[in-house]
Amino acid sequence: MNYAKLRSAPILAALVAAALAILDPSSIPTAHAQAPKARVPSATRIPAQTDGEYLARAGDCIACHTARGGEPFAGGLEMLTPFGSLYTPNITPDPETGIGKWSADDFYRALHEGKSKDGSLLYPAFPYPSYTKVTRADSDAIYGYIMSIAPVKRKSTPHKMQFPYNQRNLMIGWRTLYFTAGEYKPDPSQSAEWNRGAYLVLGLGHCDACHTSRNMLGATVKDKELSGGLIPLQDWYAPSLTSNREAGLGQWEVEEVVALLRTGISKRGVVFGPMAQVVHDSLQYITEADTQAMAVYLKSLATAGAPADPIQVRPTDTQSRAAYEAGGKIYDQHCKSCHGSNGQGVPPMYPPLANNQAINMEFSVNPIRMVLFGGFPPSTRGNPRPYGMPPFAYTLTDQQVAEVVTYMRQSWGNRANAVNAVEVAKYRTVPVD
Amino acid sequence: MPRTRLLVLVASTVLFLGAVPAHAAPDPATGIEFADTMEQRMLACAGCHGKQGEGSRQNEYYPRIAGKPAEYLYRQLVNFRNGRRTYPQMVYFSRHLSDEYLLEIATYYSKLAPPFPTPIQASATKEALARGEVIVRKGDAAKGIPACAACHGKALTGMQPGIPGLVGLYPDYINGQLGAWRTGLRKATEPDCMAKIAAKLSGPDGAAAAAYLAAQPGSPQTLPAPDAKMKLPMACGSQPQ
Repeated sequence: MNYAKLRSAPILAALVAAALAILDPSSIPTAHAQAPKARVPSATRIPAQTDGEYLARAGDCIACHTARGGEPFAGGLEMLTPFGSLYTPNITPDPETGIGKWSADDFYRALHEGKSKDGSLLYPAFPYPSYTKVTRADSDAIYGYIMSIAPVKRKSTPHKMQFPYNQRNLMIGWRTLYFTAGEYKPDPSQSAEWNRGAYLVLGLGHCDACHTSRNMLGATVKDKELSGGLIPLQDWYAPSLTSNREAGLGQWEVEEVVALLRTGISKRGVVFGPMAQVVHDSLQYITEADTQAMAVYLKSLATAGAPADPIQVRPTDTQSRAAYEAGGKIYDQHCKSCHGSNGQGVPPMYPPLANNQAINMEFSVNPIRMVLFGGFPPSTRGNPRPYGMPPFAYTLTDQQVAEVVTYMRQSWGNRANAVNAVEVAKYRTVPVD
Repeated sequence: MPRTRLLVLVASTVLFLGAVPAHAAPDPATGIEFADTMEQRMLACAGCHGKQGEGSRQNEYYPRIAGKPAEYLYRQLVNFRNGRRTYPQMVYFSRHLSDEYLLEIATYYSKLAPPFPTPIQASATKEALARGEVIVRKGDAAKGIPACAACHGKALTGMQPGIPGLVGLYPDYINGQLGAWRTGLRKATEPDCMAKIAAKLSGPDGAAAAAYLAAQPGSPQTLPAPDAKMKLPMACGSQPQ
């Protein structure tokens, strides 16, 4: 799974915004026209390394700033976009190839304003629209931690963006439209726990990078915050956190949410795809108190009440009836021994399929991909030896996968639309690594 | 992972595996078969590699993994996870699994000894098989190619701790791996001895060796040879000397 693809969409936005050419070219400064500000030592105390390490975990910095098999934080991960490739930079404190010459002010400005030390505009693949909510104190703590790790000499790989997308200043248009700098402002009408959760979800956690749909300019849609979205180029659907029909947590117990985030498994479902990475690299290290705060905040988003009406009832015509029944036979042969004759599973080791939001939601890509490629939940401290699911791409035809997914989506109280072989064929060839 | 820590982990994992609970029976009410065992956890792998790691004869690219040295299997899993091997499904599976768990998985399969498949009578010509036998048993000194048996053992069942057996594999799988080394798709710990050998081995010679290897019988009793500290013909990162 190339997690890096996840955050590439904002680039599209930058580029399209640029193409709009609404800006007066003379107003665009060149990358180096802005002299870096004089270094001003931060007045804020730099807390102990462990605090910064913890916050860096919460921000999941390591996921993008580490190449596969590479040194942590030394960058080099390729982020594919339709316009070329971005390579994440080295953020170890090496003075020549990393950010060893950066001050705490420079670091905060990157998080808060999306600008590099030299003033050039960072691509929003770096999730500064979320990180801007991080407090100065937390930014300084992360800075302290990053400066304490072993420097790695690895020259950052130059981006391979095609013209005109390699013109960073064209980002000004995108920023004007879609970016507002500002730290998180607590909501006084909510509890301290809720505010802590909101701060983590909306700031360091940058959950909206995947869980919010994007407009045609690739920016997250403000009034659809955390309401789900297809992850561009990666072909996973990040479900809505506001709809109980999807991953809305309105009907979950707080401890079930905490278990899912910290261990990767829960009585209601397991994480997979890009979320397995997030749990593995980030959330498993987050304290129970903090994940509980996130759960309280997330539960408050899902106030849409009971699940919506079914999209489509069980098939009644003969042809779909036959497909449904064929799916049942495949289920009995391949799925029942783990997930049970009534979709009850062996929670939390094998998730229940009955009343499982991941099976039941409108977008069918996730259950199709699970059947095609199987997978393991991540090894976590709370679940170090996960149980895996075999891939069926090599034994079942597109038609058979469609039948069994349809069967699961329309059995045991599940009521979602049927899946056809064309949809399966589309996802059979997606890159899974 | 440092080698000493790895050895401690191998030892403790072997001890742990000694206490595997009994096999599950299906629950008549739910149809579920579940037990807290490695066998249960590894059902994800069984679809391609077989329940005992015996490999698949339906598809030449799902190799036998049973009975290969634990350290060898562990290194392969880490290589998939870290980008030195590239088969997407294996990368996807190993991506978020810990060193400790990958080692437990490797150790589990290293202890299994399912029957070997019937040797494959390759479609290769007599001449090719004879050439294959020379490569496997004697090598080709003129080209700087050591005999396969010099490292993979006289019985070709590998050597502890890092050298895999070559018996019971499909010829296309062996040939495919040689090709992957030649093109840089598969890499091993430096110094990558197999990459150097594959670069010297011509396509027809590799295919001949693969055909000969696949035609060799194996027995579950022929485990990888112990680490005899014998001098390898060349330096190998997977088998430090």
